Amino acid sequence: MTTHAAETSSASSASSTSNTFARPPADDVPADVPAGVPAAAYEAGFTESASGRVYTVTGGDWEQVLGAGEDYTERLTVNMGPQHPSTHGVLRLVLEIEGETVVQTRVVIGYLHTGIEKSCEFRTWTQAVTFLTRADYLSPLYNETAYCLAVEKLLGVTEEIPERATVIRVLVMELQRIASHLVWLATGAMEIGATTGMIFGFREREKILDLLEAITGLRMNHAYIRPGGLAQDLPDGVERDIRAFLDDMPKRIREYHALLSGQPIWKGRMVDVNYIDAASCIALGVTGPVLRAAGLAWDLRKTMPYCGYETYDFDVPTSLDADSYARYLVRLEEMGESLKIIEQCLARLRPGPVMIADKKIAWPAQLSIGTDGMGNSLDHIRKIMGTSMEALIHHFKLVTEGFRVPAGQVYTAVESPRGELGYHVVSDGGTRPHRVHVRDPSFVNLQAVPAMTEGGQIADVIVGVASVDPVLGGVDR
Amino acid sequence: MSYPSSFGAPAVPPLAAAGDPDLSVFGGDPLWLILLKAVAVFAFLLLMTLFAIVFERKVVARMQQRVGPNRHGPKGWLQSLADGVKLMLKEDIIPVLADRPVFILAPVVSAIPAFLAFSVIPFGPEVSIFGHHTALQLADLPVAVLFVLSASSLGVYGLILSGWASGSTYPLLGSLRSAAQIISYEVAMGLSFVAVFLNSGTLSTSGIVAGQRHWWNVVLVPSFIIYCIAMVGETNRTPFDLPEAEGELVGGFHTEYSSIKFAFFFLAEYINTVTVSAVATTLFLGGWQPPPIPYFSHFDTGWFPVIWFVLKLLAFLFLFIWLRGTLPRLRYDQFMAFGWKVLIPVGLVWLLAVATFKVYRENVTDRTPWLIGFGIAVGILLIITLVDPGARKHAERLEAAERERTRNAPSLDRIPWPPPQPSSKSPSPPYGPGPNRPSSVIVAGGPRQES
Repeated sequence: MTTHAAETSSASSASSTSNTFARPPADDVPADVPAGVPAAAYEAGFTESASGRVYTVTGGDWEQVLGAGEDYTERLTVNMGPQHPSTHGVLRLVLEIEGETVVQTRVVIGYLHTGIEKSCEFRTWTQAVTFLTRADYLSPLYNETAYCLAVEKLLGVTEEIPERATVIRVLVMELQRIASHLVWLATGAMEIGATTGMIFGFREREKILDLLEAITGLRMNHAYIRPGGLAQDLPDGVERDIRAFLDDMPKRIREYHALLSGQPIWKGRMVDVNYIDAASCIALGVTGPVLRAAGLAWDLRKTMPYCGYETYDFDVPTSLDADSYARYLVRLEEMGESLKIIEQCLARLRPGPVMIADKKIAWPAQLSIGTDGMGNSLDHIRKIMGTSMEALIHHFKLVTEGFRVPAGQVYTAVESPRGELGYHVVSDGGTRPHRVHVRDPSFVNLQAVPAMTEGGQIADVIVGVASVDPVLGGVDR
Repeated sequence: MSYPSSFGAPAVPPLAAAGDPDLSVFGGDPLWLILLKAVAVFAFLLLMTLFAIVFERKVVARMQQRVGPNRHGPKGWLQSLADGVKLMLKEDIIPVLADRPVFILAPVVSAIPAFLAFSVIPFGPEVSIFGHHTALQLADLPVAVLFVLSASSLGVYGLILSGWASGSTYPLLGSLRSAAQIISYEVAMGLSFVAVFLNSGTLSTSGIVAGQRHWWNVVLVPSFIIYCIAMVGETNRTPFDLPEAEGELVGGFHTEYSSIKFAFFFLAEYINTVTVSAVATTLFLGGWQPPPIPYFSHFDTGWFPVIWFVLKLLAFLFLFIWLRGTLPRLRYDQFMAFGWKVLIPVGLVWLLAVATFKVYRENVTDRTPWLIGFGIAVGILLIITLVDPGARKHAERLEAAERERTRNAPSLDRIPWPPPQPSSKSPSPPYGPGPNRPSSVIVAGGPRQES
């Protein structure tokens, strides 16, 4: 090791003489770097290059960062993520461990920041859907619905949304809730080594994605729900497919129970692990299955209904155990409840429009499958172009400029698979949002991870993160 | 199930009676035959590895309603060969912080003992190879099973060294886990062997197989079960794959390895799997002996027994795969607790029972008082278990706790709000255009024009 340190220090001194390696500004360096640490061996710094300053951020000994004071000799810092098989994308967990016991968990986010909220301010109210659907990419339709409910509230047209559109919104949302929970089941099972559980989860999710593809045209990131209604109506025959799925799914849920629920190892890994009670959940703003597994039946579909949820018959499963196993059971139960809602949606589907009648808001699209995929129906465009100059102007104005939304601000929230998904939308009266802020449940729920995992084992951290079910697309937006 | 007639001295004539096993058939082979056997064992292990990987992937795929590998070779059976070639052609990365000599040595240390252990596994009885009368076994020792144990413990050095030499956190954790794991489960494994030794009266593998002519040692059920569990722990396979727990430690000890070095670890893992399966076959399932079914039992000479041996081996491999398709991974502390608090005590008690029984069979002539005493002891135990004096109280306590919990349960009428925080700041002002956002004129269409 000593030869190695000598090598690196000589290498860095050589590079500093050639003046390609610049020391960072004084305030960037930890003040109390102990003497004897190989100078600049793996220090953060920057180099000047033709394309500008290139920063190097590297690791190093934790003592260098934390300084003296506490005895860290028995402590190991594990940088779990952002590239790690079990951190649900690019979550980074900085764990301090003593042996196998986790002493401190720090959650670091921001690796998937895509500027979705900001981008919305530069597109029309309708186009924003295309960004927002990519935020929480496992429940895109919830993002779309919550945003569209907000825009409709700003427009004051909530009452004018066609019944059929609302029912279909509920239908696709509940389908997606099952799909999202299935991904959670699959990834959670995979992370503790239950490969068959993984395949089972993804197998059924695939069926739901097929249904959603038939309905919306895309498997994910649908951009299906628009301010004023839906992009298109249900295709022929999809109701039959959904019914077939409804017949099949209860069997599958029983299969998950048979494979996992009673299994001693599965229970051993989850029961009494990552406990967090209702009071702590509320103090941290945690919602969704984590809160319900702690005993509080807080489900926005019941407590603050939207999209007519108050007229559907379903239960809110809860548990008092507040551990990972309770969250697992709650999610499996929720899948069953979603199936009940989907069935009621199918019974309520009546023929009718799926877009608001107001032509000043309704996106004038008639989608159809063309040779190059789904797009504007050529017949529709021919009709617009060929029959009326006013129709052409209207179409042009609405598509390029968009509609104006009265100034004001609203907050709407829906119960996404992960918890309360809120949209705070501000309009300054123009054709684009002044501000769209997403209250993403994954973001808030991640706060609970340190509370759940500190004092446990490394393996419990994985289970804990999985039981929160964060989607980093939503966390970072 | 009654105990075998061979249990104890009389039924196994030469082996159990004599102090040392009869190994006269070994050691007389000419050099070319020894080389031939060594190469054959080596080739067998390599082929089994190639086979086992595809077999595992295909079987797990069937269990999970997938297709599995089906591209390379007939029905995908050459998949692992293709993977092996690919691994050898990949870039070999050695981390800067790694201790180079040890880092390079570790995979070799891991792979060689895996091969070594197989040299004492009997594939079949004596056969004639080009006129030479010889056993289908590379070598045998009076302490052959101990040799297997020592070879498998040497293999763990590879894992520990690789974890230490990688200079990285996950491998270090993985190697620590594997060290603890192998030490713990080696004890249980050794205990399960002792019952077999007591039964067979020998430690030589050929002797143990010969002693199972009439009754397989699988009748020592607890030993067999303990061995089956310990062998999974020994080979780091699901549900005991903690040293390489993908979900936690990325790859565990082999996280930093790539290319051919990684392939060595992979090879070692699968050869270890084959080896422990072969040991299980030899010690408990009668080795190359045909199944004790009237018609089959005639096929116990010449080359036929090799078929039985391989079939039994495959059955164990299937067991490994089945476990992987069914079970999640244990947590480290649960795994250690299971090893030390369940496997080892049970193994010890069972060993005591076997030894007692053996002494009893050989030395006690008037058995009636012993049987009566034993019966009374079992009866008392049964009564205590069935009556269970503390059960009612325990149930009451549980019920009270449950009532208390339900009474304190949060509900929508009684939301457990956190206590108010004293706040010095005034509430933030209502949303308004920030300093960087003068309320701009909204220009219809096109990008927003600031100023």
